Amino acid sequence: MAEMAEAPSDATRIAAEARDRVRFEEDALALSDQVYSVARHLANSRDEAEDLVQETYSRAFRSWRSFQPGTNLRAWLLRILTNLNIDRGRRRQRAPQMQALEANDYFLYDTLASDDGATDEERVVERLSQDDIVSALSAVPHDFRDAIVLVDIGDFSYQDAAQILGIPIGTVMSRLHRGRRILKRGLAESVAEEEGT
Amino acid sequence: MTPPHEDPCAHCEEMMQPYLDHILSDEEMREAEAHLDACEWCRKRYRFEESLRVYVRQAINQPMPAELKVRLAALRIPLE
Repeated sequence: MAEMAEAPSDATRIAAEARDRVRFEEDALALSDQVYSVARHLANSRDEAEDLVQETYSRAFRSWRSFQPGTNLRAWLLRILTNLNIDRGRRRQRAPQMQALEANDYFLYDTLASDDGATDEERVVERLSQDDIVSALSAVPHDFRDAIVLVDIGDFSYQDAAQILGIPIGTVMSRLHRGRRILKRGLAESVAEEEGT
Repeated sequence: MTPPHEDPCAHCEEMMQPYLDHILSDEEMREAEAHLDACEWCRKRYRFEESLRVYVRQAINQPMPAELKVRLAALRIPLE
């Protein structure tokens, strides 16, 4: 009888697995806002983002056993999401070979602060509207945008972003650096356009 | 000791992104901070960049549609 007590019965094993799966699903669903936030800016439209998130969760729930408990579930989910995004051929917009040179890192500040002589940096940033930011980000070429979205918005380390995107860490860093400059150039242009109208 | 840079503000600009990403070496960090302590011109630009990152994150953060949340929950595999 003692031997039987040590070996879990099928029923016990099934119950334990069901408990693990429910916990996995709940943990995954608790991250859905963050997953959506990343998807919204990787995909080209809200509808695409919603489809992508649904497909990600559908796949995650089916393959939950391949997730290793104790590792980063958010990174695991976003790896599924970025792979789906690539599979769906949403990367037709490639970074042009010859991008115009981005302005230097201080260019946006110099553009925004020059007119009104504002000294408070937090007030200077408020000259940008939410629309300016959303449209400038969506205009950043995909490869660069992915790095910005994962690191600056998704809060992933360079290492995690490299793993999620399947590229070397040095490439994440250079794309991030360049992507931020492209974003800032876009923001400076949108302010200049608003002032010109 | 690294030699002094010809244009310390240009060098400080090069260090801004890695500084804000916390990936500078200890020595570079000290170098950046020493320059920022003495140079208001660069300090303003660092502060602006820091505010910009927060501001972009806030502007970009879009709440997930409630209805999508319901659809995701419905994808859960029913217990047998």
